[in-house]
Amino acid sequence: MTAVIDKTVRGPGRWAAPPRPGWEEEPSRAGLAGKGLALTLACLGILFPLWIVVVTSLSSRKTIDEAGGLVMVPKDITFIAYKELLSGGQVTRAAVISVLVTLVGTLFSMAVSVLCAYGLSRTGSLGHRWILLTLLATMFFSAGLIPTYLLVQTLGLTDSYLALILPSAVSVFNILVLRGFFMGISQELIDSARIDGAGDLRILWQIVMPLSRAVIAVITLFYAVGYWSAWFNASLYLNDQDMMPLQNVMIQLVQKQEAPVGLGQAIKTGQLSGLAVQMAVMVMALLPVAVLSPFVQKHFKKGMLTGAVKG
Amino acid sequence: MSHSTVPRSRTEAKTKTPREETPVVSGDATGPPGSGRSGKLGLKVRFRRDRVLLLMTLPAVVLVLLFNYVPILGNVVAFQDYDPYISDNGVVSILNSPFVGMENFQRIFEDSAFWNAVQNTLILFFLQLVLFFPIPVLLALLINSVVRPRIRAVSQAILYLPHFFSWVLVIAVFQQLFGGAGIFSQLLRQHGYDGLDFMTDPSTFPLLITAQSVWKDAGWGIIVFLAALASVPPDLYEAAAMDGANRWRRMWHVTLPALRPVIALLLVLRVGDALTVGFEQILLQRDMVGPGAAEVLDTFVWWNGVRNQDFGYAAAAGLVKGVVSLGLVLAANKVAHLMGEQGVYKK
Repeated sequence: MTAVIDKTVRGPGRWAAPPRPGWEEEPSRAGLAGKGLALTLACLGILFPLWIVVVTSLSSRKTIDEAGGLVMVPKDITFIAYKELLSGGQVTRAAVISVLVTLVGTLFSMAVSVLCAYGLSRTGSLGHRWILLTLLATMFFSAGLIPTYLLVQTLGLTDSYLALILPSAVSVFNILVLRGFFMGISQELIDSARIDGAGDLRILWQIVMPLSRAVIAVITLFYAVGYWSAWFNASLYLNDQDMMPLQNVMIQLVQKQEAPVGLGQAIKTGQLSGLAVQMAVMVMALLPVAVLSPFVQKHFKKGMLTGAVKG
Repeated sequence: MSHSTVPRSRTEAKTKTPREETPVVSGDATGPPGSGRSGKLGLKVRFRRDRVLLLMTLPAVVLVLLFNYVPILGNVVAFQDYDPYISDNGVVSILNSPFVGMENFQRIFEDSAFWNAVQNTLILFFLQLVLFFPIPVLLALLINSVVRPRIRAVSQAILYLPHFFSWVLVIAVFQQLFGGAGIFSQLLRQHGYDGLDFMTDPSTFPLLITAQSVWKDAGWGIIVFLAALASVPPDLYEAAAMDGANRWRRMWHVTLPALRPVIALLLVLRVGDALTVGFEQILLQRDMVGPGAAEVLDTFVWWNGVRNQDFGYAAAAGLVKGVVSLGLVLAANKVAHLMGEQGVYKK
C-alpha cells in the first residue's frame, strides 16, 4: 500500500503542478512562457559561465587552440590538467592546505559556537544578558584593519596557520542562529533530562544537538565555506609562498596569468594548455561548495530566520 | 556586519511563542523547584548553578574579546607617528612611538586620494542600491509564483549557488567572460570587431562591480523575501479573489504590502552600512583597474597601512570610517525602530 503512495509522489507528481484552488484563474499561456523564460535566463546566467569553466578545464590543447580560447562545446575530453595539477607541486600542496585549514577551522568554530550558543540559550542564567550584549555589540563596529593586523603580529601568529583560523573563528551571527534554534527546543524535554541527572554538556550532546541537525548542518556549511573561500588573511599574515592556500594560488594563476610553479615547462612544451590549468584550479575551488550546498539547501530558510535577535 | 543579518519578519515573530513566556524550570538541586533560572537567588548560588553554562560561553567570549575588543585599543596608533621598525612586537612599538595628536587626521582631510576613495565608495553604494537592491525582490516574486515544487527547488538551488563561491572565483569567472581574452571578446573578434576588456576599464568599473555582486548574491537575497511571502495567509488571496481582484491586483494589494516591512528594513540597514562596499571584491581588482576608480575607503586603509607601512595614517582613515559607520548603523537601527521593526537589536 505504501509503495503505491510513494510511486505517485516520486513519479511525475513532483514535477506536476499541485491542484489549484477553485477561486484562482487558469494561468495564461503567455504568462507561463514569460515566467519560464525569465527563470531559465536567470539560471542560465549562473550555469553558463560555470559550464564554460568546467568544459575548458577538460579540453585538450588542440580543442582550446581551435576554439581560440574558451571552449563551449565539449570535445576530446581529457583529465590531463587535473592529473598534472594533482601530481604534487604547488597546487596539490595548496589544495591540501586548504582542505586541512577548512576541516580544522570548521571543527574549532563549530565547537566554540555550539557551546556558546547553548550556554546563552538558557535564558535567565547568570550573566546571560551581559555576555549576549558583548557579542551583539560587535555587529555594529569593527576595530579596523590596522589594529587587528598589529594584534595578530603581536600575538606572534604571523606566518602561522593559526592566523588563518583564530581571528575569524567565531561569527556572532552564526552563534545567534544556533541560539535561536536551541531556544526553540521544548523546555520540558530538557527538564526531564535534568531530572534524570544529565548535566548541561550531556543535554547539549544527547538532546539539543541531535534535535538541531538541520541548523547545525547549515552553520557548518557557512563556516566551511568561509574558511574555504578565505584568501585575505593568508595574503596579510603569511609571507611564505609555500604556505598559501588554494584561493591565493588561484589569484596568482588567474589574475596575474602566472603558471603554477613546476608546471610552466609542461605548458611550454607539452600538449597541456595554460588555460585548461587555470580552469582546472577554478573547478577545484568551486567543486566542494557546489557539491555540498544543495544538500543543505532546504534548511537555509530556517537557519537564516531563526537568527533574529532576541534579547 | 549588519547587512548580513536577516531579521525575522514581524508576522513570523508573532506565530512563535517567545521562550521567555514559558516558565523556565530549573531542575538543579540548588534552586527551589519551579523558581526558574532568573529566580531571586544569591549571586554565589547562581554562579554555582550556572558555572557550566558560563564555562561553555567562555571560549567564544575570549575570542571575541581578543579579536574584536582588544584591537580597539590599537586605534591609538591613529594619534601616533607609529614606527613599525622599533620592534617585532606591535605593543612595544606602540609604547615607543611618539604621539602627534590630530596630525594624521589633518593629513587625511587634505589628501585628495582620501576624498577620491570617499567618492568612489559612495558611487558604488548608490549604484548597488539602485541596480542591485530591487533584483532579489523581483526574483522572489518570480520564484514564489512557481507552483511546481521540483522546479522551485531546482531553480532555488541554482540561484543560491554563487553565494557560496569565493570572490576570487567570481572574479576569475568574470575575467573569463568579459576580460580581454574572455568569451565576449572572442565573439567580437570572430565577427570582425575589436575585443573589449571590461576588467581593466575604469569607466565601467562601478557597473562591473555591481554586476558581480548581482551574480553572486542576488539569488541568496531572495530567501528573506520568500519567507515573508510564505507567511502571507492564503485566505487573504482568496478574499481578494472573491472581491474580484485579478492576479495583478492581488499582487499589488496583498503580496507587495506583505513584503513592504522587510524591504523597508533591509533598505534602512543597507543605508546604515553605506561606507562598506565589497572590500575583498574590490581589493582583488584594484591593481587591474587602478586606484582612480577602484579605491574605496577600505582599500585606502589597506594600501596605506599594509602596503606603504604608514600605519598611523591608515589607522586614522580606518577610525574615521569606523566612527562614521557606527553612527550610520545606529541611526539606521533607530529608523528601523521608528518604523516598528526590530532592527539588529531590540529596543
